Amino acid sequence: MNVGIVIVSHSADIARGTVDMVRQMVGDNVPLAWCGGNPEGGLGTNVEAILKAIDLAWSEVGVAILVDLGGAETNSEMAIELLPDDRRNKVVVCNAPIVEGAILAATEASGGASLDDVRRTAEELSPS
Amino acid sequence: MMPLTELGLRAMIGTVAKRVIEHTEQLTALDAAIGDGDHGINMKRGVEAVLADIDGLSTKSLSESLKAIGLILVMKVGGASGPLYGTLLMAFGRELCDAPDRAAVTKAFGAAVQAVKARGKSDTGAKTMLDVLVPVLQTLETGGDELAARVRTKAEQSAAATAPMKATRGRASFLGDRSIGHVDPGARSSALMIGAVCDVLEERREP
Repeated sequence: MNVGIVIVSHSADIARGTVDMVRQMVGDNVPLAWCGGNPEGGLGTNVEAILKAIDLAWSEVGVAILVDLGGAETNSEMAIELLPDDRRNKVVVCNAPIVEGAILAATEASGGASLDDVRRTAEELSPS
Repeated sequence: MMPLTELGLRAMIGTVAKRVIEHTEQLTALDAAIGDGDHGINMKRGVEAVLADIDGLSTKSLSESLKAIGLILVMKVGGASGPLYGTLLMAFGRELCDAPDRAAVTKAFGAAVQAVKARGKSDTGAKTMLDVLVPVLQTLETGGDELAARVRTKAEQSAAATAPMKATRGRASFLGDRSIGHVDPGARSSALMIGAVCDVLEERREP
């Protein structure tokens, strides 16, 4: 079983496009879900959609979330807090660029890496 | 402070929501200047969802009602303000007993403001809602007469005082120096809602 990946962008197009790139470059053996945009069809992120995406990409070995700007991170952290007790400590937000981070995280995940390793790999891209 | 009756809670929720809805365009205009221009519509969406459930929310205890309102805001507002306001109210509700005196309200609000700092990884001086919430907390801690009126004034003044600040958190921080000269939309919406709460407390004259 592989770690799942969730893409949270303010833009539905960016989130969907990132998932397309991961599918094409990494393949189909990583649970993958995305969310992006507000209910009016504009830009934004929201907790409800993030919770649904986590559910879709759920894996017992964990889920790594890739985010774009501020609100995406704040909303993702809030969503994690609202998860049931048995899931909360199996979901992390990666501090990494969304597209590159998603591809690296998914590549690592597809080889059966642990959640910690998936996050660490994605975060190698971040300036410390 | 007496326990809020069902009518009191309903007046509180209704007045705060109405105040936000009336200022949708103002909040959006402030956000368009230094953010992404969705604060008004996001807040409106949130408080409308709260109003839709006002019957259920106003029959709960104060603590349970605040937690439930916080969760609605988390789910419906979006942006960064959804989780921030949601965290404020959920933590406030969690810390509050059902018949709090002034000291208990102040203590619970202090814990709620602390939770917002943690959620936003921020503090005062970054041109955010904390530049209203923290001064309001300090006014509550000082106590004294005419507290509702002084809290409202402090909230208004503090929101206005975000104009000359340079944003270092949130979307406006991308603008750097160009964020200077605009009131922060989150500070403004905080002052609006706190002002509405003060209005209801004054009208009801709950000692």
